[in-house]
This record gives sequence, C-alpha cells and structure tokens, in this order.
Amino acid sequence: MIDAPFWNKEIETAERSRIEQIQLQRLKQTLAWALKTPFYQKKLTQVGIHSPEDIRSLQDLQRVPYTTKDDLRLSFPKGLMAVEMREVLRIHSSSGTTGIPTVIYFARDDVENWTDLLARSIVGTGATDSDVFQNMMTYGMFTGGLGLHYGAERVGMTVIPIGGGNTKRQIQTMKDFQTTVVHVTPSYLLHIHSKLGEDGIDRKDLALRKAFVGAEPHSENTRRKLEELLQIDAYNSYGLSELNGPGVAFECVCKKDMHVWEDAYIAEVINPDTGEVLKEGETGELVLTNLVRRAMPILRYRTRDLTFLYPQGCDCGRTHRRISRILGRTDDMLIINGVNVFPSQIEERIMKIPEVATNYQIHVDKKGSLDRLTVKVEIYPKLFLGEVAKLEALRHKIVEELRASIVISPLVELHEPGALPVSEGKAKRVVDDRPKD
Amino acid sequence: MKITQISIFLENRKGRLSDVCSLLGANDVNIRALTVAETESFGVLRIVVDKSDAAIKLLHDNHFVANFTDVVAIEVPDKPGGLASILKILSDNDVNIEYMYGFVEKFSDKALLVMRFEDTDFAQQILAKHNIRVVAEKDIKGL
Repeated sequence: MIDAPFWNKEIETAERSRIEQIQLQRLKQTLAWALKTPFYQKKLTQVGIHSPEDIRSLQDLQRVPYTTKDDLRLSFPKGLMAVEMREVLRIHSSSGTTGIPTVIYFARDDVENWTDLLARSIVGTGATDSDVFQNMMTYGMFTGGLGLHYGAERVGMTVIPIGGGNTKRQIQTMKDFQTTVVHVTPSYLLHIHSKLGEDGIDRKDLALRKAFVGAEPHSENTRRKLEELLQIDAYNSYGLSELNGPGVAFECVCKKDMHVWEDAYIAEVINPDTGEVLKEGETGELVLTNLVRRAMPILRYRTRDLTFLYPQGCDCGRTHRRISRILGRTDDMLIINGVNVFPSQIEERIMKIPEVATNYQIHVDKKGSLDRLTVKVEIYPKLFLGEVAKLEALRHKIVEELRASIVISPLVELHEPGALPVSEGKAKRVVDDRPKD
Repeated sequence: MKITQISIFLENRKGRLSDVCSLLGANDVNIRALTVAETESFGVLRIVVDKSDAAIKLLHDNHFVANFTDVVAIEVPDKPGGLASILKILSDNDVNIEYMYGFVEKFSDKALLVMRFEDTDFAQQILAKHNIRVVAEKDIKGL
C-alpha cells in the first residue's frame, strides 16, 4: 500500500459489506424517487415493483428493466423528472440521436453530491488546493465544463474557467497564471503541445504537472505519449451526462484504471446482445444506476460503453472497484474532439435541405492531433445553374444547419450525383479513418 | 448575338476535369474557350465549344451536372489599352460584367473575349450602339 491522498477516506476505503449496505439503502431511496416519475411508475409496476420494499437485496436490482437513451428521449421533457420544476437548480443536456436532446435535471442536493464526487476524484489524483486549475472543457449545457469547475472550487483550487478552444489564449493563460492542472480531451492536449513554441512560449515557461483527460476514449499509448511529451501525469476520467457527467469514475494516483464511486453508482457489466449480467473481468456494456440523484433518478442505464470491472483492490487502498478504460461502443455514436455525434443527427438535418439528394457520407479523420468531420453530400442536378456563389451559399447553409444540431462545425463537400458509394446499410454511411493505436 | 456557354459542376476528385475533356474530345467536340472557377471543395468548368447542342447531350448522357448560359463573345483590339477601352464604354453605360475569359484562338487580328453580363440584352444594345463587334454562334463553329 502507498500513502495515497483522500477526500473522504472513510467512504473511499469502506469495507465491501459497508459499501453494499449503503448501496441497498440508497437504492431503495432512489426507487422511492423513481416511482414519482411517470416513466418509472409504469416501467416498475409492470415488473411487480410497487414500492421500495419490493427490493430486498442488491440482487433484486436485476428485476429492474434497463433504461436506454431512447427512453430518455421519449420521456422529454418531464417524463423522468421526480421533483417540481421549482426544485430544479440546474439543467444540463447531452446530444440526442435525433433532434430531441436528452435533458438532465439537478436539484440542489444533486449538484452538491455531484460536486463532492468530483472533489473526491480530483484529490484522488494528488491535486490540492495549491494547484492552479485551467478547465479547457466546453462550458454551457455540456456537463464536462461546470462539473469539474464546481469540484475544483470545492477542493479550493484556483480555477480558471477558460472553456474550450482558442489555443493561443490557452497557452498564454497557462504561462500567465502558471497553471499546474488542466482538464482537457486527450486530442486537444496533443494539439496544444504541437503549438508550444509558436509564440515564444515553451514547455519550460509552463508549470503544468497534471492533466485530467476525458470526454473521448483513448488508449494507454496515447496517455503515455501525453505524459512523455509534456512531462506530466495524465489521469483518465469517465462520466456521461445521463448519470451526472464527469465523476462517475476517475483514476487515482496509481493510474491503473478508474474507480467507480460505488456509494453513488451501482455499476454492472452486461452482454449487450442478451442483457445477461457478466462477471468481474468479462468485457461487456457498462450499466449504471444513480444512487444519489433525486431530481432525475436513472436505474440501470445502458451506457453503450464497453468495459470490464476489476475485482476489488488497488494499491491506493480504495475499495471502490475499477472499470477499464473505454474499449469501444455498442452503437454508432462518434466522438469528435470530445463531442458526441450520432450519424442519425446528421442525416436528419441534411435530409431537410431540398437541394441535397438522398445519398451522403460521413467521414472522420485526423488533421494533426485533432479530429476532423467531413460531411459529403450529392447535389440535385436540376438545382445547378452554373453559378459558384449559389453552390457556396448552399454549402454554408448545410454547415450552419449541422452546427445547430451537432454543435461542432463540419467540413461540407458537394459531390456529383452518383459519386458517393451507394449505402447498403448504416455502416457504409460512416467512414472513420482515424488511426487506432 | 448570344452564344452558348456550358457550365459543368466538378467535384473535388482527381481526374474529373480530364474526364470531361476526354469525353468531348472522343466525340469530336472542340473547346474554343474555357475557364475554371474553383472553391475549396469543388469547381465549375465553363466552356464554349464548336458544337454546343451535341456537347450538352453528351454531358447529360454521361451524368455530368451541366447547365447552359447565354454569354457574349466580343472582339477586342489586340493592343495595349484594347480591353480597357471596351470596359470603359461598358462601365460608363452601367453594364455589369459577372465574369469574363479569353478564347483559345483568334477570329481575326482581334482578341476574342467571353463575357457574362448581369443583363445580356441590355449589354448587347450598348455594344451595338458603340459598334463593338460580337461573334455569332456560327462563327465559332468555323473557328
């Protein structure tokens, strides 16, 4: 065992029996909240769960049906809300598979609990109140920005809420305030590294020592590369808006995969095809249950992320089990520079534009360290009048339409009818040429 | 006298321009004037050919995205200030040119320019009034 830092040592190192006791007690409370929502009242009653007392053990959780992203979407706006709107302190959202976003409600105590999990995550990496924290994640309704912001303030760090993008300003700010810790996507941190030296600011002018990297899956090789290039420690972070956002699982000083905060979530790994619950060590889809979210409790949410659970135990002394870094997805969601994009969102938008024919292709590759999204569409011959300006205007219109839906600006290419490969299923519509390392 | 210009949409793909020229060449259509308007992601090829009806049919049959437009071919004195004198007349008479480009060959001792006007009929009136010679479709066939 090493001498690891803790935020709440009692809970973080609690005996397994104690964790399970907390889980069962909080699961019952969560069921009581969930039964107040139209969605879960119907779903739970159908399987014979009418009150929290119908669940007697953690094993009984398996009687609860899974909740999917579609369920959240179809319950928009209030089907999963367990409190009155005046009790909701904050609303976040995540991208939806169609035009309807997934909305997440937080009551005051939900924000408190979430913030506490992030403070715990931050301190677990060895960061302290002496650190200067530059939060490079996008603020706004995306949970990555505000989540870590609140956690870092709770720890007492000096917080710079700079948000995403504007690399020159990021580097200048890192120098000006001698930033020691950043929260960033791995691809953006690589991009920042590639820009060091351009404005006369080099690595030696910076005080950076740690990075929390999240919002996009990355390999152990990418982590090592970041650590070597920038001479820092990089810690993997996992979360999803549906279950609060970041702070579901985080790496400790040992950097050997991420502890799931098991007093706040129940983690299961299932076979994505059969729904069968798998054993520790077996790879499958992560399923998460909220234990401390009153405004919008979610039970057995299918994350679509592939991982496995480690048996209990870590050199840091934490008893909360770890999940592996994310190994893939069970759906077609793309992660472009940390932003989740569903191909169906793109399709829905471009099919509404009359000048665009029915065939299209989504192409993803890397430009430098960053992801690049290109949407290729075919034009209707009848709408071609020989004028360049009209075609350029159409191209800009498509970019704007897509940006309104998927938040990021793609490149848009116009093609001749019949030029793009004819689709024989969803897979061909999406070509992902990013290198796998 | 208007002549026909063919505009062809070219996606940003290797060999696309060559495809168009090969098709026309193989079918004995001769390009007399051409220009390419290009953007980051696509181009538009504009051509004047000796057999425009045949060329349009060929392009459509081969699934090119093509459209035709009326333009005017103007004779310009081939000497310093030759183009400037004509442009001044057009400008003084509020005739707007959208774009222009040169012919490959000469018809006489004068240079030939293709001009696309905002208002082709009005432009033709002004040209006629100032005795600026425009070339007819049949003249191009003979080039």
